Amino acid sequence: MSIENRAVYHPPSLFLLLRHELIKTFFKWRTYIGFITLAVVIPLVEVALKLEGGTMVQNMTRNLSRDFLLIGNLFNAYWVTYTLMMSLWVHVPFLIALVAGDQLAGEATSGTVRLLLTRPSSRSRILLSKYLATLVYAALLVIFLGAVGVGVGLILFGPGDLLVVGKEFIIIPAASVPARLMLGFGFAVVSMWCVSSLAFLFSSLVENAIGPIIATMAVIIVFFVIANLPIESVQAVRPYLFTTYMNVWMQAFEMPIRWGEIGSSLLRLSGFSVGFYLVTWYIFVKKDVLS
Amino acid sequence: MMSSEIVLQTFNLGKKYRHRWAVREANLLVHRGEIFGFLGPNGAGKSTTIRMLLTLIRPTTGRVEFFQKNVLMHRADVLSRLGGLVERADFYLYLSGRRNLESIAALGGNISKKEIDEVLHLVGLAKRADDRVKTYSHGMKQRLGIAQALLRQPEFIVLDEPTTGLDPQGIKEVRELIGRLSAERGITVFLSSHLLSEIEQVATNMAVIHRGEIIVQGKVGELLNDGDTVVRLIARPMDYTKRVLARLSFVKRVVAQGDELQVTIGNTDSSLLSSMLMKSGIEIATITPLRSLEQYFLSITEGASDVD
Ligand SMILES: Nc1ncnc2c1ncn2[C@@H]1O[C@H](COP(=O)(O)OP(=O)(O)OP(=O)(O)O)[C@@H](O)[C@H]1O
Ligand SMILES: [Mg+2]
Repeated sequence: MSIENRAVYHPPSLFLLLRHELIKTFFKWRTYIGFITLAVVIPLVEVALKLEGGTMVQNMTRNLSRDFLLIGNLFNAYWVTYTLMMSLWVHVPFLIALVAGDQLAGEATSGTVRLLLTRPSSRSRILLSKYLATLVYAALLVIFLGAVGVGVGLILFGPGDLLVVGKEFIIIPAASVPARLMLGFGFAVVSMWCVSSLAFLFSSLVENAIGPIIATMAVIIVFFVIANLPIESVQAVRPYLFTTYMNVWMQAFEMPIRWGEIGSSLLRLSGFSVGFYLVTWYIFVKKDVLS
Repeated sequence: MMSSEIVLQTFNLGKKYRHRWAVREANLLVHRGEIFGFLGPNGAGKSTTIRMLLTLIRPTTGRVEFFQKNVLMHRADVLSRLGGLVERADFYLYLSGRRNLESIAALGGNISKKEIDEVLHLVGLAKRADDRVKTYSHGMKQRLGIAQALLRQPEFIVLDEPTTGLDPQGIKEVRELIGRLSAERGITVFLSSHLLSEIEQVATNMAVIHRGEIIVQGKVGELLNDGDTVVRLIARPMDYTKRVLARLSFVKRVVAQGDELQVTIGNTDSSLLSSMLMKSGIEIATITPLRSLEQYFLSITEGASDVD
């Protein structure tokens, strides 16, 4: 073990760092709260809907069926999943903040941040690997929501045309719904990444995960409230709130799909995410580690 | 001579928290192969200094150089040659000891399984390596803390009070381990402690920090074995006093400073001095023994702490 013959330092690949961040993330009980919640709640909701026997859909389509001849089963796996996607407003962001808000604060709470930051890897790299691990978690959670929603739905209800009730009624034929769902969940991942980035930012500010979780939810709710105030001057700030674009996934179920609009929403969401990340980076790289 | 190579040097290193200096103008000097004891009572600024050494916090003033390189400017290069344990040995409790080490080691690049096994073995944790750290005793965590500092064959390790909370047997083991690391692998060790006895037993060199300031620094033997007591004396008449002192056999040296005399009296009790002076009819205004360095260390490290 000759000191003179030591190899020169080669920085670890980002991939190696990410691997270890993922190991840490997925060995933590906290990480599974979201998955378990979805795995329990989604089947419960779907069973309840099954028992209710589709009165909701019938009520919604009563007027419609007077004018049109509706064929087939509108109360199906796709409709149920689409309905479950409404949880992307508040419930899923909460489950995401639970983990994203812990990524940096948790290391401070446990004191392990001292181990991380006295090693040769730069703070920037460590931060990036943690951020990427957070994004992986968020994406998996959203995909899990979709998979369980559709999976249990198919067992209970089977497939069918998707009725979307928006400004107008849209019926998407069963055959093209899976593609739309994939698109929708894909967009949802991008918007949940934005939520992750915000929670991650808050996580860099404190030494306990509770704060970031509450702060993230507070921001989302306050922004929603602001955006929906019937005051014109307040309405002008809407484009500058990331929450305005969080429902981009809904546009996957429009007819026709407005790609331009979607592209712009996704770009803005990504812009917010990058912005949040840069602020986090600025804080994290300069920070005095006192925990 | 190899041991004269400077491996760590700090230049006017200082850290201010809000309005208070936790460390002030610290100039530390550590040579290769030394076991450097960093002694100070609670709150003296040991951990703050160590955090600056390992780039956890930014100095308010001054700089740190390892291997003649500014640690902030050559961070990766320098840190890849160091190992450190700052404050408590904290780990990911939900991971096994081995996984913890793998995860930490990865921050320096790929590492072989063999190397991880080796450090686990070195600290005597091989058997429990695959249990979650949550199930470890305090002493085991502390040993894992030393193990992680030894990953990637460091040239220099910085240990912040590594024996805190250990039982006598554990303390002895850590002490022996440090001695072995130094003797067998030539690792330079920087070790903080609030116990003089601990430093005395393992360290070759030491510095004392008190209220954020380095009070004294040097070889342990030279600093501690200097058993002379110095007495500050103000007495009248001065010239007569000097003549009397010159006749006393236990007085080694007399230095006049203004109207004050500094009398070095070897290991003799200062009360003997005062009684001899009074017998000679000298009027003593003040007589204060300046305690030996050892007594002085004890008074600051084992007396009242700085915590306020
Ligand atoms: N985050 C902080 N904010 C403000 N002051 C701090 C902070 N951390 C430490 N200090 C102060 O800095 C001084 C030095 O603290 P430090 O932790 O370096 O002491 P120490 O020598 O390691 O003590 P101990 O033996 O208790 O570990 C103390 O007065 C402490 O109160
Ligand atoms: Mg300390």
